[in-house]
Amino acid sequence: MNKSALPDPFEQARLDKGFGEMNDQNDPVKILLRLKDVRKSAKNWKAFQSGGEEVGRIVVPSEVHIRDTRQIPFEVDPPQHASYRNLVEPWFKRPLEKEYQDKLKAIVETVIEGALKEDVIEVVEEFSLVIQSRALTVLLNTPFSESKTWIDWGTHVFRSEESALDGDKANILYDYIDNEIDRAAANPTDDLYSKLLASEIDGRKLTKEEVKGVMILTFAGGRDTVINTITNTIAYFAEHPESLKRIKENPEITNTAIEELIRYFAPLTHMGRVVTKDTEVCEHAIEAQSRVSLCWASANRDAKTFENPNDVVIDRQINPHVSFGFGTHNCLGATHARTLMKIILGVLVNKVTTIDILDHEDNIEDLDQFKRKVGFHVLKVKFNA
Amino acid sequence: MAKITFITADNEEVIVEGTQGSVMELAVQNNIKGIDGDCGGVCSCATCHVHVNESDFEKVGEPSEIEADMLELEDEVSEYSRLCCQIKVSDAIDGITLKVIEE
Repeated sequence: MNKSALPDPFEQARLDKGFGEMNDQNDPVKILLRLKDVRKSAKNWKAFQSGGEEVGRIVVPSEVHIRDTRQIPFEVDPPQHASYRNLVEPWFKRPLEKEYQDKLKAIVETVIEGALKEDVIEVVEEFSLVIQSRALTVLLNTPFSESKTWIDWGTHVFRSEESALDGDKANILYDYIDNEIDRAAANPTDDLYSKLLASEIDGRKLTKEEVKGVMILTFAGGRDTVINTITNTIAYFAEHPESLKRIKENPEITNTAIEELIRYFAPLTHMGRVVTKDTEVCEHAIEAQSRVSLCWASANRDAKTFENPNDVVIDRQINPHVSFGFGTHNCLGATHARTLMKIILGVLVNKVTTIDILDHEDNIEDLDQFKRKVGFHVLKVKFNA
Repeated sequence: MAKITFITADNEEVIVEGTQGSVMELAVQNNIKGIDGDCGGVCSCATCHVHVNESDFEKVGEPSEIEADMLELEDEVSEYSRLCCQIKVSDAIDGITLKVIEE
């Protein structure tokens, strides 16, 4: 009964010092572990910068050597941030519309009905990646057929078996986006590329480079995170059929269940910032121009705020988790992710009674001082109606 | 039943009525501008920040410690700030006025 568990590797360091340390390509990162420090630093965009000169440096592992395009609005700080964010925000709120939800529901139903017919399904590649990619066509408003290309890329656009950072693999995505932008510029449609190309910011058209920045963020930010969330959800319900039954009988707890699963999974372990001036966190000096990261996964298990932080309590009423980040740069795709989860849970409780785990291989992130299970490389299951 | 007056950031006054759920849910159902309630009411997203009218604050009461920790970091926090997902709709809050912070 512990294959679905995601242990908290940060507890001791969180209690003792409040931070951990990681060397990343000779650009060390101090990992902030306590909820209050994480939230406070996330709010303080002046001292903890996202939009510095070195594009890609706030990502851990750093993408400085594999990416020149600034991700937008993510790697832009206020006041410019607001112009970009306000521009894209309405598009990323479309998941609240019924038509959008109907499309997602059809996608999810097809995949789950298909899975029920199989003796064994490998969840990461054959289930989560498929749902994530098809759902992304709805977010981008691109043809469904594009999802085939994205599924063929495999689970890691940036990563290969050998390395957490793979420039060649990243180029597949960047070249694809360049081509799509050129395509949309020549023949505009109702998709996100065309919408962005036609948009104005501060009285001028967005450049192709800016459009690319939004698209890279959308592809990269919503891929591994969504795949891990869906896979971990299947593993959790496989080991907790009583929770599936409870949600079916009490659908009003669906929202607290989703927020709790998202808290527990913390699909993005942490995100970096560059410190702009000498400062102090947990009575520890942090030098200007060095890097810190805000560890959402650790903050979500902080016992100062969360009772029984290592249990999944599906009706947890007060749940101030930071899985979608916090403050200015909170997750742009959160509405899509939450909506997708709501639909997956809705279809699961109606069509599936139990799930058997047949085989699994954990996906464990290496943060030097910490090894954190973030999900699975392989999860083979049997879905039962 | 509770009658609640929202004053939006652009000073529009909207009066709504409700019997159950949270004030955030009531606001979202009535499309009150500036109340998003992204997290559905679990006190995680801080997109439902209001200032309670001073004379109504007693009816609503102080925020919990967890809510206060969230509010502390909000722009335009005041001693009458609340996250309205944490205020239950009931007869006890009938007649209150809430100023919405976000645009």
